[in-house]
Amino acid sequence: MVMVAFAVALWGVGWWVNTRLAEGPNSGSRAVQLAVPLIFGLTVIGVWELLVRGLDVPLVILPAPSTIAVRFSDSIPILWADFVQTILKGALSGYLIGCIAAFLTAIAVDRSDFLRMGLLPVGSFAAALPIVGTAPILVMWFGFDWESKAAVVVVMVFFPMLVNTVAGLREATAMQRDLMETYAASYWQSFFKLRLPAAMPFIFNGLKISTTLSLIGAIVAEFFGSPTVGMGFRISTSVGQLSLDMVWAEIVVAALAGTAFYGMVAMIEKAVTFWHPSQRG
Amino acid sequence: MKSVLAVLTVVAAIVVLWYGACVPMNIKGVLTEVERAGAEVVPPGAKERRDLSEFALAARNSFAIPATWAQERPRLPAPHQVAAELWDTTVAKKITSKRSLIYHGWVTLSATVLGFAIGTGLGILLAVGIVHSRVMDMSVMPWAIVSQTIPIIALAPMIIVVLYSVGVQGIIPKAVISAYLSFFPVVVGMVKGLRSPDMMQLDLLRTYNATNAQGFWKLRLPASMPYLFASLKIGIAASLVGAIVGELPTGAVAGLGARLLAGSYYGQTVQIWSALFAAAILAACLVGLLGLIERAVLRRMGIAA
Repeated sequence: MVMVAFAVALWGVGWWVNTRLAEGPNSGSRAVQLAVPLIFGLTVIGVWELLVRGLDVPLVILPAPSTIAVRFSDSIPILWADFVQTILKGALSGYLIGCIAAFLTAIAVDRSDFLRMGLLPVGSFAAALPIVGTAPILVMWFGFDWESKAAVVVVMVFFPMLVNTVAGLREATAMQRDLMETYAASYWQSFFKLRLPAAMPFIFNGLKISTTLSLIGAIVAEFFGSPTVGMGFRISTSVGQLSLDMVWAEIVVAALAGTAFYGMVAMIEKAVTFWHPSQRG
Repeated sequence: MKSVLAVLTVVAAIVVLWYGACVPMNIKGVLTEVERAGAEVVPPGAKERRDLSEFALAARNSFAIPATWAQERPRLPAPHQVAAELWDTTVAKKITSKRSLIYHGWVTLSATVLGFAIGTGLGILLAVGIVHSRVMDMSVMPWAIVSQTIPIIALAPMIIVVLYSVGVQGIIPKAVISAYLSFFPVVVGMVKGLRSPDMMQLDLLRTYNATNAQGFWKLRLPASMPYLFASLKIGIAASLVGAIVGELPTGAVAGLGARLLAGSYYGQTVQIWSALFAAAILAACLVGLLGLIERAVLRRMGIAA
């Protein structure tokens, strides 16, 4: 009971500190903007820990953060192997293949108005479909190893990437195109010097959406069959053994990988599209 | 009119490609079957054919090509096989039958819609809180954005098992997964929407001496509608994926996800494809329905033409 009271008190203190920080004179500063969500996160973890201990929540329902941390540090070799299998082999290779394929398709489609008009609605329709459902088929075709996961990822990222790239390639205005024309620029010159740079914000939007999709695809595809390594495999078997601390450790890995992946793409975007209004802020 | 033609051309091209792909995908299985039935196959014996390319086999045994579109358990079923199975399991079966896709689709749909309603409701509430409280904005918003980069669907099997162990089963666990998948897109979109009125408009309301609540109901909420519908469309698609994935670890009892899993256990490819198309049709209907509601609401508000 003491722990529970302590948890309530901790929540109160955290909230009070954040209120003071957010409504204080320095609330616009970078440090405060970083500190407030951090304090919030730490408070949530603290309250979680205290409540789990105080209320004696069984491990099969919710493990305490400290239990998860211990399990995480104890099984770093396993987690690393799963990370390599699922993220590096499955998700990343599928991401690269899918994005490049979609990009090339977009360039091909872009040359023909008729194709673009036909493919864009089909593409945006396909982008809204539950493509994860192709996982059992692709696992059947490509076997249990990472190739099938990469294939699922390819299918998942293809359409969002295609739609974004095609939209981006139309971004250069008629004026700008005419200017290139008056310079007697060839198709590829005006493509590389005008239309591709103009399309970059859209392309990166597609790339960023695809990062999350690729992790989802790689993990869910493992639920349909996998070798005895991989994050999706570990999650489904650990759930079966009711060792939820392991599941949470994998989720921590997935969260870190997802954020890092997204962050990397966002950083590249910053470097490439430095001229765009959204990056100049 | 021209764009309809273009779409039809693309769809026709996909169907043609699909039929074409069936030949190399299925030719080996077909050749083994027809050889067993007594036909002449070049070269004879499945072992000799194993390392040959599928295209060469198809060219040398062109009589077997039609059979690649009519196999019992093909690696890639032809479009008409999937269509026939879809017709068979929706219209021709009673909807109470365990083999009816309408029954399975309904199981998935009910979890999706329940979860979507919960997720959207909570998402809108949190967005309202975020817009009105600076503390909540600064504390919660970064985490809501970060959470969109995380494959939260990895939590799905655990949620099912945990809820099962506290005695909750049936539609609720799947709805919970659907709810949290649709929750974050709605929060992020709705916050953007509620913030979309610019300073001028907010100042105007202030000069009218409008209260915060009046500002919310008369300016912020109407202004957020286009953003809300954009994120609702993302949210319902995510909800459906959540419900389908939520059906996987329960051991394939009912629902479209269960059909997918059972199909992959027993090698029933036609069943997998038809479940997949049923899910796609369901998703298209849900997104389309939201699009219709969006058009009606925006027109009523005078935003859309």
